[in-house]
Amino acid sequence: MSTKQTLKRVVIDPVTRVEGHGKVSLLLDDKNVVRQARMHIVEFRGFERFILGRPYWEVPVTVQRLCGICPVSHHLAAAKAMDLIVGADTLPPTAEKMRRLMHYGQMLQSHALHFFHLVSPDLLFGFDADPAIRNVIGVARKFPDLAVQGVMLRKYGQEIIKATAGKKIHGTGAIPGGINKNLSVAERDAFLKDVDRMMDWSRGALKVAKDYTVEHLETLAPFGSFDSNHLSLIREDGAMDLYHGNLRAINAGGDTIFDQVDYQDYTDYIAEEVRPWSYMKFPFIKSLGPENGWYRVGPLARVNTCDFIDTPEAEAARQEFMALTGNKPNNITMAYHWARMIELLHSMEKIVALLNDPDLQGTDLVAKGDRREEAVGLIEAPRGTLFHHYKVNADDQVVMCNLIVSTTNNNEPMNRAVAGVARDYLSGNEVTEPLLNHIEVAIRAYDPCLSCATHAMGRMPLVVELFGADGALLDRRVKE
Amino acid sequence: MNPAPQRTLVIGFGNPGRLDDGLGPAAAAALEADPPAGVTVESDYQLTVEDAHAVAGHDVTVFVDADAAGPEPFGWSRVAPRTATGFSSHGVEPADVVGLARDLFGSRAGAYLLGIRGYRFDGFGETLSPPARRNLDAAVAFLRHALESRVFPDATDGAAALTETGG
Repeated sequence: MSTKQTLKRVVIDPVTRVEGHGKVSLLLDDKNVVRQARMHIVEFRGFERFILGRPYWEVPVTVQRLCGICPVSHHLAAAKAMDLIVGADTLPPTAEKMRRLMHYGQMLQSHALHFFHLVSPDLLFGFDADPAIRNVIGVARKFPDLAVQGVMLRKYGQEIIKATAGKKIHGTGAIPGGINKNLSVAERDAFLKDVDRMMDWSRGALKVAKDYTVEHLETLAPFGSFDSNHLSLIREDGAMDLYHGNLRAINAGGDTIFDQVDYQDYTDYIAEEVRPWSYMKFPFIKSLGPENGWYRVGPLARVNTCDFIDTPEAEAARQEFMALTGNKPNNITMAYHWARMIELLHSMEKIVALLNDPDLQGTDLVAKGDRREEAVGLIEAPRGTLFHHYKVNADDQVVMCNLIVSTTNNNEPMNRAVAGVARDYLSGNEVTEPLLNHIEVAIRAYDPCLSCATHAMGRMPLVVELFGADGALLDRRVKE
Repeated sequence: MNPAPQRTLVIGFGNPGRLDDGLGPAAAAALEADPPAGVTVESDYQLTVEDAHAVAGHDVTVFVDADAAGPEPFGWSRVAPRTATGFSSHGVEPADVVGLARDLFGSRAGAYLLGIRGYRFDGFGETLSPPARRNLDAAVAFLRHALESRVFPDATDGAAALTETGG
């Protein structure tokens, strides 16, 4: 087909109710069919340079500056890399369990925020509801108990982070080789006091997500959906492990692409493609190439790749989830929400188990070994697999840093989801409110962290731009 | 002018790794070193929904943020609760937090926003620009005076406030 048709470019900037801000441009032909969808990410590319020259022990703290949304994930991924730099191949039980508690607290608060305050308006009021109602304030008014539960689950997770990592803005809990504190009995008891309530609310959130998906399956199944590969960390016995494991990748039908790969060797398996129109790279599985090797990460991928979940209630929920697709991988984009709530419940179950583990009151906090010059740290962040790769010279300075953040791993899938929804819902040659809503719903399924940009007052306008075939700007609308 | 209440929360927010975006946390750190009586100081990268719970637990809240385009050296205004649309977890504004505190927890707490003028936001770095640093000093002096005297104006710009307080 000729590419010299009349083309129009519609730009939507930013996408609201995703974390950070982004821009979507739709390239139309003269028949108003979507020829291409591009999701532009406002992302600063300077961090990997910013970190160079810094002493390695500062890195787990400094990397938190990358993102105000998920500082704990960066903190832990960097700390895991620095464990290996200092030769700490195995951490003392107290150190690893404190970090796991921190991580499950992060997972809990992040998933709770996303579900209760970003997604629940879509589910409770419908995608097409008036945006004046379809927001968290609408939820607060019509379902006040649910809104309060979201806030309090989030707060509980944040308090766990504070008890394990330290101050919100300057967490120092994880250090190369271990942790800098244990959990006091008083702290433990304060958390234990609320676990029954938090478990109930987690179960309730899972039920809302599951029931909605099952009841609306006919609509949701094709919505922004497509077959894809899936990638995540996996424990040696095949269990879901959000903190540590080896890499497993499967295809859309569930066949293994690779399994139990030591992530120190990730560059043998994963490559990153650069495309001229995007700051954000497009990772892919090397053996399949960029065309076929892109993959999904995050809750949907993790539930698909694991053989089982090692907590009873989340495992029962996983089995229900997998039964929907005949125990084959679930490739329904909107099933991310259900999978995310399975992880919410799993995280809460893990928190309860850890709080009852006396190792958290141990005093052996740090391990050491033979110094290395290069290491990789991986973690399953709330949004998906997060890669931190460093080289450190003999003067203890970082001389190389490569990061693949979770949202970058989902770059190609998000573009495909947007393209699919736009094709299905575009009518005429304008960006209608329903089209905007549906694009946003598709993107939100991935829970993207679009930007680590500044948020200062006056710097977050909404811009909608319409370009003609010759590139001329036809229309532009700004919403502050 | 209103008499100051007993329990006051100060939340400085922004990213200290993003140049002048760190003005809010820098103000919080300056206050935290010697907090006035009855004042709790918090800092975070951004406001989040659970801040509504903290706001509801105080009589008044002062949000401190960098301002990319406001008055120099700072602006001060009362924050009214907002029933927002397009509410996002990244860009939660003080008015949204106060609105949530009202809608979820029945809060009637007063709230103010101290916006400190910044200039450099487009890069990584843990230092404030020199003019932002000067604005920070002026803003912290104003805030400390207000917290200690327990007198909060409804709204003012920094230059006028400094004249009033002799700063």
